Amino acid sequence: MKVTKILMAASILLASVTAQSQDVNSLLKQVKARMDKVNDYEASGSMKTNVTFLKVPEAIVKIYFKKPNKLKIKNEKGISFVPKGAVSINLNSILAGNNYTVIDAGVDKSATGILRVVKLLPLDDNADIVLSTLYIDEANSVIKKAKTTTRENGSYELNMTYGKYIGYGLPDKIIFTFNTKDYKLPKGVTFDFDDGSDAKKNPGAAKSKNGSAEILFNSYIINKGVADVNF
Amino acid sequence: MWHLLQIELYKISKRPRTYIAFVAITAIVVIFQFAFKADGQSYMDLMLQSVKDTFAFDRVQAINGYFMCYIILNTLLIQVPILVALIAADSISGEANMGTLRLLISKPISRTQIILVKFAAATIFTIFLLIWMAVTSLFFSILIFGTGDMLIFRSKGDESQILLITSDDVMWRYYAAFAYATVALTVIAALSLFLSIFAENSIGPIIATVCIVIVCTIVSNINVPIIDKHVKPFLFTSYLVGWKGFFYINTDADNNTIKGSLENWPAIRRSLLILVAHIFVIVWASIAVFKRKDILS
Repeated sequence: MKVTKILMAASILLASVTAQSQDVNSLLKQVKARMDKVNDYEASGSMKTNVTFLKVPEAIVKIYFKKPNKLKIKNEKGISFVPKGAVSINLNSILAGNNYTVIDAGVDKSATGILRVVKLLPLDDNADIVLSTLYIDEANSVIKKAKTTTRENGSYELNMTYGKYIGYGLPDKIIFTFNTKDYKLPKGVTFDFDDGSDAKKNPGAAKSKNGSAEILFNSYIINKGVADVNF
Repeated sequence: MWHLLQIELYKISKRPRTYIAFVAITAIVVIFQFAFKADGQSYMDLMLQSVKDTFAFDRVQAINGYFMCYIILNTLLIQVPILVALIAADSISGEANMGTLRLLISKPISRTQIILVKFAAATIFTIFLLIWMAVTSLFFSILIFGTGDMLIFRSKGDESQILLITSDDVMWRYYAAFAYATVALTVIAALSLFLSIFAENSIGPIIATVCIVIVCTIVSNINVPIIDKHVKPFLFTSYLVGWKGFFYINTDADNNTIKGSLENWPAIRRSLLILVAHIFVIVWASIAVFKRKDILS
C-alpha cells in the first residue's frame, strides 16, 4: 500500500515537471515566433557608451539586421567604439537552432513585473556560449533581460524596454552591459600635460571591469530589405 | 621702434639659418604624413592593442587630418624650442661676433629699446614658425587625410584614457593650442635672448638654451613624487605642453563628452600666466643685464 502511494506521488511530480518543461518550451516557441516575423530591419537611434577609460560623445547610429544573425551598428557621422559582444543584441543569435537544453528556473519578481526565468544550456561542448539565462515577459512573449556567459569573452547582459514595436519583439531601448579589460597606453608614447588634478573619483567605476552601452531606438524599417554592403 | 623692428626682421630674413627651421619642420611633417599614409593602421593597432578584443572600431576613419596634426605637434613641439633658439640666441651675440654691437649702441637708441626690438623680432619669427607648422601639419594633413572625429590618447596618473572629440568641435581647440604654443615658445625666445647677452658668438647661447630645455624637460617627466611636488612646478618646461589641455574635453557623470568643454581651464590659464610671467621676468632681466654690460667688441 505504502509503495503504491509513493509511486503515485512520484508519477504526479514527474508529470508536473514535464508539463512545466513543455510550458517553457512552448513559451520559448512563442518568443521565437514573434522574433521570426522580422527578416531584416534598419533602425536609427542613439548610443551612449559608459566605460571608465572611454570618453566619447553620444553617437547617432544606424543598426542593420538581417537573418539569420547579421548585425551592424554604424555611426553615420563619425567614429564609434562598438562593443564586440554587441552582436548578442540580436537575440536570434542566442536562440538560433535548437542546439540547447531548456531549463525552467522559475520566476523573477523585478520592478518590471513577474518574469519567467529560462536557462539555455548549449548541447555543443565547444560552443562559445556556455550559458544563457532569459527573463521572459509571458504576457507579451518577449525577452526583457538576457544574461549570456561565454567561454572566451566574459559575460554580457541585455536589458530591454519595449514600446510600439513589441509586436515584432523589437525593443525601444537596450542597455548592454559587458566585461572590459583595463586600457593601458604603451609607455613613452605621449608627453602629457599634468594639470595637477587627479583622475575623476568614481570608486565604483575604478574597480568595475564592466562597461555599458545604451541604445535608444527612434524608428525601425522592418522587412523592407537591407543590402549586404551595410554589414 | 617700428623702423628698428623692420631692420631686425630684415636681418633675420637675410640669414640662411632662419630657413633651416622652416625646412626642418617641413621635412619632419612630410615624413610623418608619408609614414601614416603608408601604414598608419599599425600605429593605431599599437595604441589600441589592449582594447581591440573588446571594441570594434574604424581605424581608417580615425587617421584623419586632425589626428595627424596632434601626433605631429606632440613630437614637434619638443624639438621646436631648438629651432627658435637658432634665431633668438643670435640676437645680441651675433652682433658681438660681427663687431656691430658697439656701433649699434652708439646710435641714439636706448639699450632697453634694443633688447625690446630684438625680443619682438624673435617673437615674430616664432609666430611665423608656428604659422608654418599649422599650415603644414594641420592644413596639409587635412588635404591629404581629410577631416573627421578626433581621437586623443592620454595618460593621466595611473590611468590611460581615450578621448573622442567630434569634428565640429576641433578647430577652435587648434587655434587656442597654437596661441598657447606661441606664448610657450616665446619663453624660449626670451631665454635665448637673455643668454646671448653673455656670449661673443651664437653657438654658446644656442647650446646653453638647448641644454636647459633638455634637462628641464627630463626633470619634468621623471615622475618621482618628491620632484613632482617640489621641483616640477618651478620648471617652465612643465608648462610647455599645456596646449594639450585644450584637447582634454570634459565629460558628464556617464563619461559622455561635452561639446565645447575643457576639463581643466583653470590649470591651462594658470600655466599660461606662469609662462607670461617667465617672459616678463626674463626680458626684464635681459634689459637689466644689458644696461650694465661693458661692450668691448
